[in-house]
Amino acid sequence: MKNEALFRFLLRLGDDSLILGQRLAEWCGHGPILEEDIAMTNISLDLIGQAMSILDYAGVVEDKGRDCDKLGLLRFESEYVNLLLVEQPNGDFGDTMMRQFLFDAFRKPLYERLVNSSDKQLAAIADKSLKETRYHLKHSSEWIIRLGDGTEESHTRIQNSLDTLWRYSSELFYSDEVDNELTKTGILPDLSGIRSEWEATVNSVFQQATIVIPTNNWKFEGGRLGRHSEHFGHLLSELQYMQRAYPNMQW
Amino acid sequence: MSTNEWPLWEVFIRSKQGLNHKHVGSLRAADSTMALDNARDVYTRRSEGISIWVVESNYVHANDPADADAYFEPSDTKIFRHPTFYEVHEGIKHM
Repeated sequence: MKNEALFRFLLRLGDDSLILGQRLAEWCGHGPILEEDIAMTNISLDLIGQAMSILDYAGVVEDKGRDCDKLGLLRFESEYVNLLLVEQPNGDFGDTMMRQFLFDAFRKPLYERLVNSSDKQLAAIADKSLKETRYHLKHSSEWIIRLGDGTEESHTRIQNSLDTLWRYSSELFYSDEVDNELTKTGILPDLSGIRSEWEATVNSVFQQATIVIPTNNWKFEGGRLGRHSEHFGHLLSELQYMQRAYPNMQW
Repeated sequence: MSTNEWPLWEVFIRSKQGLNHKHVGSLRAADSTMALDNARDVYTRRSEGISIWVVESNYVHANDPADADAYFEPSDTKIFRHPTFYEVHEGIKHM
């Protein structure tokens, strides 16, 4: 392999998109209103499209003949390196929007930096994905504000969503030798400003939504290293069913 | 569950620069921001547009279909209002 750090970075990026896309797809036909059902499946398709470009490129970097289908649908549980946040169950609509918002607010500044990567392919993927992500963030922010600053019931429920999901937010900023290596070799631009930008977005939206960040500092991490929550196996069994039951099938 | 329905909105899409916005359908939304987002998701997902207008259906006033005769039939006999007596020169499009 030419560049193992780049391969691992691409897997992380691609798995986040793939798994969140799969989660959102579970809403298909179950959205609270028709328009929102379509909105969530649109976003799901955006994310799965991103995952396809990213994982295809990961396969090229790995150079073992694996494409996005092989990487996306045929790895074992511990080989997926997505954030624990994105694999959390959909819960109610508010839980789904909170999960989405915490992720979108991170993804936008990340892509804004990746467009300046010295790796042309990565920069091109980021450039295309950034436009989609800007809309995702607009959509999820509006819902957080609407629900938080809505009725007593919607306020209580979206606050509960935040209380439940907040513990998965620190992993967004997980960083290790993969990032260090890529920054050193100039493939990754400086990513250090992402956290403060994320915090500014999150604080501003929560303020408008009149909800508050929980004070409890209990954090869950592990997804980046392949350690997943109990929900993940079930998600994979659905995601992988076709390729496992009918190997190499296409349509 | 609340029985209050969100207001209905009419959606107009401009498919490309220079063309008019055209009515494409309607949807329900709590306010104009949500109506625009919903219109984007429902009506432009196959790249149908570059601009969206939404108007609350309440504000659209329509003629009474019962008056259709009085409204529209008189124009049927005024063929001189249609520029069909002129020859269109070659090379002139969209006439």
